Amino acid sequence: MGFREVKRVIFSELYSVYYNTVADIIRTAFQPGTTEKDLQQCVLKEAFSESVLNILPALKSGKWPLLKEDLTPVLRHRPTMPLTLLEKRWLKAIAEDPRVKLFGAAFPALDDVRPLFTKEDYRIYDQYADGDPFEDETYIRHFRLILSAIRENRPVRITMTNRRGKEVWMRFRPKGFEYSVKDDKIRIIATGCRFRQFNLARINSCKYYGGGGPWREKPPEERKQDLTLLIKDERNALERVMLHFAHFEKRAERLEGDRYCLHLKYYESDETEMVIRVLSFGPCVKVLAPSGFVDLIKERLVLQKSCELK
Amino acid sequence: MPYYELIKNFEKVRSYIREFYIYGFKSRTEYDAKSARSYDDERRRIESWLGDYMHFTQTAEGKNVFLSVDSRVTRRNPFYKAWKAKSFTDGDITLHFAIFDILYTPEVKKTLAELVEEIDQLLSYRMTFDESTVRKKLKEYAKEGIIQIEKEGRRVWYRRSPDTDLSGLKDVIDFFSEVAPCGVIGSFLQDKCMFRSAHSRRKPLFSFKHHYMTQAMDSDVMAMLFEAIQERRYVMVDNLSRHSDKVRTIRLVPLKLYISAQNGRQYLIAYHEKAGRLSSYRLDYLSNVRIEEEMCEEFDALRDALRGAESHMWGVNCKKNLKDTEHVEFELRVGEGEEFIVQRLEREKRCGRVEKIDEHHYRYIADVFDTTEMIPWIRTFVSRITRMNFSNRTAENQFRADIQEMYRMYGLSGGEESDFQ
Repeated sequence: MGFREVKRVIFSELYSVYYNTVADIIRTAFQPGTTEKDLQQCVLKEAFSESVLNILPALKSGKWPLLKEDLTPVLRHRPTMPLTLLEKRWLKAIAEDPRVKLFGAAFPALDDVRPLFTKEDYRIYDQYADGDPFEDETYIRHFRLILSAIRENRPVRITMTNRRGKEVWMRFRPKGFEYSVKDDKIRIIATGCRFRQFNLARINSCKYYGGGGPWREKPPEERKQDLTLLIKDERNALERVMLHFAHFEKRAERLEGDRYCLHLKYYESDETEMVIRVLSFGPCVKVLAPSGFVDLIKERLVLQKSCELK
Repeated sequence: MPYYELIKNFEKVRSYIREFYIYGFKSRTEYDAKSARSYDDERRRIESWLGDYMHFTQTAEGKNVFLSVDSRVTRRNPFYKAWKAKSFTDGDITLHFAIFDILYTPEVKKTLAELVEEIDQLLSYRMTFDESTVRKKLKEYAKEGIIQIEKEGRRVWYRRSPDTDLSGLKDVIDFFSEVAPCGVIGSFLQDKCMFRSAHSRRKPLFSFKHHYMTQAMDSDVMAMLFEAIQERRYVMVDNLSRHSDKVRTIRLVPLKLYISAQNGRQYLIAYHEKAGRLSSYRLDYLSNVRIEEEMCEEFDALRDALRGAESHMWGVNCKKNLKDTEHVEFELRVGEGEEFIVQRLEREKRCGRVEKIDEHHYRYIADVFDTTEMIPWIRTFVSRITRMNFSNRTAENQFRADIQEMYRMYGLSGGEESDFQ
């Protein structure tokens, strides 16, 4: 049975921090009056924490004979490298993603390149079905206006329909976006008003705001809450829980037998979501603290009891 | 071997990072009983790459190392750094910069002999390379797509590939580096010099919620599987069995990758020809993917079979026989002003349908290959489940028993609150 020659796909020195840092050092060395300290700065800025022990010593000693003794470059040109086929194939793949339309960016001609993957090749199987309309022209227009406002630090005025079906307006300074792959939604991070976030898809209209405003107003601080969970490693619960909550700031400890304790921090505004995420593990996870969170779980269980499940 | 910051093989560090990040409660002695030195080296490397996220706790068993990352705050996946730590020789790096200095623009083309001569002159003979070494490197670079080889009669010319204009793509690359499969490749693009100016270094526009960064550790496996899928080829792959803790080599037809946004797992759905079935394989348990020369003639038919099966798949368990399903039904109480529950059902269901029974009750109905995959989702509706009917009675009984156990755990069964039984 024959194998195709394995191309070094991703783990290659071509993409390494060392190659990039050396390129940066040589570019810096082209500038007249560059000192060793300047070159050292390139290492500190670009490389790993222990790279200072390797990179500049190798260049200075001639182990990598790319600098002269006076630290000027041996090379005649500032180093550059064309894109690899892998990089082009990835670019081609994302150029075909519907979300790319948001940015209105012109992609380089990659006609002779096959995408690394297409939408037929993968599926995010547990993503919610009511994701944002990434190809809708109004949605794209709003995104681009907010993006410009973020870049230029300008305030915007938006209108939205509230829960009671009434149109309301707000003015705020957008500071950035937050994307959730689970929700497939973009939220705008705001300041200068009392709300911290706005769902981009819920905006009816959006324009720059020319008026004044009490810009000192700030949304309430996003407070983090501690949560302590007791895990019983039954039905592979330990692995499931630890992986599920991996994206939080957290710390785990082993207790006796098959019991483990997980301490994590979540954002207060996500409390309801956290309650149902904990409930999804059933009796393999018990909330130990805080008591307020324990009460939220108990409340749901009491209500469940009242359902008299048939 | 003395300690070195860079590595030749990714597999070991892949498993250490995973242990430190996902679990982080093991002590030094538990990692590698045979070699404490190996543990020390890996820990030191990971600390060098990811020091900002590394923490320690002292327990009776010793010092435990763990990685903790708040993914909503960290705008760039720190685990990509591990992919940028590949080792190389002194000759590799010197030759690399020398070649691209001589071939500094696509207009310049050289023969092998010319290149060898000019490299020697450029480096003032402080390091020399023979023709075979340079030819090998150029061939390798041609495969990577960064060098082009042209034949003109008996002469062979080498030139660099044309540059690609990425200006205007910074925000696109920033975004997709975090959300697209194999996002680490976007991170390689972020490292390009055109994105290293002060202007380009501005804070990325996006932060990310529900962001499972550890998926980055499987990027190489994922890229190889995509390659095989695109070329419709068989693969041989090493699969670590969770139950036996043994590695088995299996031959598969890779069909599609299934990525979770809710539990951090990534799977390959593939056809296991020998067993004659569609199966799912965790990407973090796969390694050493080898793409065969042989193409799978049945690929399109197998893909169609998978597409047909998707309407009965809650998670990743799938079967070719669409009749081999289990019936799931449950009913929910939905009070005044709780329409969001109905919206939740519609938004979160991956198959099946929702029916209104009366003003305050809704029913969810589905036929799925594996009821147990749905259980965690159904539990999120605890507080309003009024009726359930699963054809898989074992799953239903387990669900009911679990609810009773939760009442007991939280002291709602008439007895004292207690821990697990």
